[in-house]
Amino acid sequence: MTDLTQAPAPAAKPKSGSLFEKDMRTKRRNAAESRFKMYGIAAIGIGLVMLTVLVTNIVTAGLGAFQQTYLELDVTLLESKLDKKGERNLDDIKKVSTFGYAPLVSAALESEVERLDIQTDLKPKKMAGILSKDALSKLRDYVISNPDEIGETVSFRFLLNSRVDGYVKGRVTRESIANDKSITAEQLDFVDQLMAAGVLYKAFNPDFIFGSDASDQRPEAAGIGVSMLGSLFMMLVVLALALPIGVAASIYLEEFAPQNRLTDIIEVNISNLAAVPSIVFGILGLAVFINYMHLPTSAPLVGGLVLTLMTLPTIIISTRASLKAVPPSIRDAALGVGASKMQAVFHHVLPLAAPGILTGTIIGLAQALGETAPLLLIGMVGFIASNPPDGIVAGFLSPNSAMPAQIYEWSKRADPAFYERAWGGIIILLVFLVTMNTIAVILRRRFERRW
Amino acid sequence: MALSWLLLILLALAVIGYFIGRSRALASAGGDARDLHSLPSYYGYNVALSALVPALGLLIVWLLAQPMIVNSTVSGMIPDGVIAEGTDRGLVLSEVRRVADGLDGAVALGAITEAQANNAEADIEALTQQLKDAGQVLTQDITKPILVAAQMYRSMTATGTVVMRILVLLVALIGAAVSYVRTNKDFRARNFVEQGVLALLLLAASIAILTTVGIVLSMFFETLNFFQLHDWKDFFFGSTWAPNFRGGSELSILPLLWGTLYISVIALLVAVPIGLFAAIYLSEYASGAVRSIAKPLLEILAGIPTIVYGLFALLTVGPALVSLFGDGGVLGVGWMASSNAVLTAGLVMGIMLIPFVSSLSDDIINAVPQSMRDGSLGLGATHSETVRQVVLPAALPGIVGAVLLAASRAIGETMIVVMAAGAIAKFSGNPFEAMTTITTRIVSQLTGDTDFASAETLVAFALGLTLFVITLGLNIFALYIVRKYREQYE
Repeated sequence: MTDLTQAPAPAAKPKSGSLFEKDMRTKRRNAAESRFKMYGIAAIGIGLVMLTVLVTNIVTAGLGAFQQTYLELDVTLLESKLDKKGERNLDDIKKVSTFGYAPLVSAALESEVERLDIQTDLKPKKMAGILSKDALSKLRDYVISNPDEIGETVSFRFLLNSRVDGYVKGRVTRESIANDKSITAEQLDFVDQLMAAGVLYKAFNPDFIFGSDASDQRPEAAGIGVSMLGSLFMMLVVLALALPIGVAASIYLEEFAPQNRLTDIIEVNISNLAAVPSIVFGILGLAVFINYMHLPTSAPLVGGLVLTLMTLPTIIISTRASLKAVPPSIRDAALGVGASKMQAVFHHVLPLAAPGILTGTIIGLAQALGETAPLLLIGMVGFIASNPPDGIVAGFLSPNSAMPAQIYEWSKRADPAFYERAWGGIIILLVFLVTMNTIAVILRRRFERRW
Repeated sequence: MALSWLLLILLALAVIGYFIGRSRALASAGGDARDLHSLPSYYGYNVALSALVPALGLLIVWLLAQPMIVNSTVSGMIPDGVIAEGTDRGLVLSEVRRVADGLDGAVALGAITEAQANNAEADIEALTQQLKDAGQVLTQDITKPILVAAQMYRSMTATGTVVMRILVLLVALIGAAVSYVRTNKDFRARNFVEQGVLALLLLAASIAILTTVGIVLSMFFETLNFFQLHDWKDFFFGSTWAPNFRGGSELSILPLLWGTLYISVIALLVAVPIGLFAAIYLSEYASGAVRSIAKPLLEILAGIPTIVYGLFALLTVGPALVSLFGDGGVLGVGWMASSNAVLTAGLVMGIMLIPFVSSLSDDIINAVPQSMRDGSLGLGATHSETVRQVVLPAALPGIVGAVLLAASRAIGETMIVVMAAGAIAKFSGNPFEAMTTITTRIVSQLTGDTDFASAETLVAFALGLTLFVITLGLNIFALYIVRKYREQYE
């Protein structure tokens, strides 16, 4: 023992410097530490910056779609042009094509110019060139539904064409129209004069939200309303099929399934289906529902079926999680008072798991609502959703588009005015998704029970 | 409309069955429910389910089987001589269906009578004219064998539908009657109903298997058809993708695979470092408050639909990159001609995958036991040294699994590449060029007017099957690694 204590002190040199002064190595290590931490902050920063850029981009590019440029005009519905016989016979009035309404609009513009005392060299026909092609058909529709007003002067609010609309919103400039045949600088001067006079203005455009798609000549008249209905009918199909099937499958797997080969196969299948690319479901839909079963192409029913198969794994996984969260004591208590296993599950476990199931279903629906790729293959793209479906059966079976498919369709068209529509459509789509997710979060917070 | 009536009748039958079954059971016990084996409602459910389930099962099976039987019979009727050079039986069959639909439509409009439509000796030219007048779509002139086949098709379909309705109703009635007769106070209705419900639950769970089988079969048979029209060696090992709808296309998957992998690699180069560092920071450094804000915000990126990313790439990122790298751009290098490029698609897909990588890695890093960190910190390592030398090596298999899952996402992603990657299939290392991917080509071969007898359309199924196999393999492998890793620390 004493030997040990008397052993000579280690020959190592005592470290120079004090504990309070960091040597080079410590400094280097500390620098590495803070660098590493900075990488992490930078990574999160990049992620958040991307999110901000994306959201800002969507909002700035899309808000314009909710406003549209209008021209207020008093049009005299001349009997001599619209109903030469004067009998107010609807068939005769319908014979006048939209083209026949052009002189009325030109005349109305001319008198408006006189009234407002605007100096312009434009011919009336050129003046009318600032209006949308949609204006004449709107006028014709109005006359056909109100034949009694022929001969009177009615005040209308006409859409202007997309170039003028873009000019008012700042998207189109005088430089960018230099090679544009559909509008001239003089017409833009005329627009400026009308705007100064207050008859031409930007206003909220409800037709974008509730209206129908328009052909690629009239971006100013395109709306997302009809494809919104298409999405609604698809979601109804998904809800009606995916919820009961998903819940039934989860109950089986969680409560009744024996440990055997079949159960294993089902489990493996579900987890794999959750990761299959969505386009593969589109191929399945095309091959099975359309080519084999001859269901109508582009119908929301088919879209709903495909999206059902796609969302089933999501719903099953979340339903199983919420069934698992119900403590076994509940089942034991029910069995103890004489309920059968089936009664215990359906009368006690399922109601307690319902909020979780609902939350999972809403999240699955939100996922299905934003999905585009499978819809491309079953023909819900390239279709002009110009009329809302008449009736519920037609809603499921007649061709329609869906919100994301409509956005994709707009993004493919040549006129940049459609891009604004596409961004606007995305705002609406995101509003739906945010609402659904918020409801899901609120449901979870409000009803989730911790055992 | 007729089908929905049938369903309504079945439903009504089930509701009636419920009430009569219930009251018969009560009557057999003399009105005292305590003498019954099961609760009274179970006797009702028994009758209702016996009426509904077999009938619905028959209906579904019939609806699936009828087109198959009709098609094979009708296609057997078409003599080989009718099948023109360059087409095949499937094309003629679809023509037959079109004629049959035309006849149906014309009869419904009243343009021709039922007897005229069924007259096998009809004057073909006159009939064609009548159909065209009635606004029916016919792509070519009707020939005699096609007309006969179409008439056969119509009559078989019509007979089949009538027989189906009668049989379904009969099965429903028999089911209800049998279970009604069996209803008395000693009948074990609850056990019976519960077994039925259990079978239905099993059926619902089996839909997952059915879907997988459906996916594989739907692509498998069309792929076989494709390989009859096109050499499989050229598909897998050729070097050119040049579809030509007039025939003589070169359809090889390799250039598409190259584009797919190139874009995926760029996406992973963006997503993996950012996602991984974000996960490390969130799980090792961030305070609870930062974590509770930053994590959900990052996960918003995962909830945004891919169409939004596609539009973002097409209209924002692409033009921005062109203004950097394009002709007369800020950098003045002139490398990028159009906004459709590998880089555009890859960058945006990378942004999309950030939350995917970060939340998976976050879970995995959190699963590393705290004792390992404590040991390392106790030996005097700094926090970052602990992370780099202890936590990350321990979590590595899991992280590799997460990256593989992200890769499978990237390979199967459709909208971003459809909108931003371009349509030119080539082998090139230049990220500023447009390239195309497997998913893009599936979409372009299958949208628009497609002819399911041409190699150019059928190739989409072969591409889809390849894509399915690749992503499935990646997923199974990744899940295997992740699960193996989890077991290690549990």
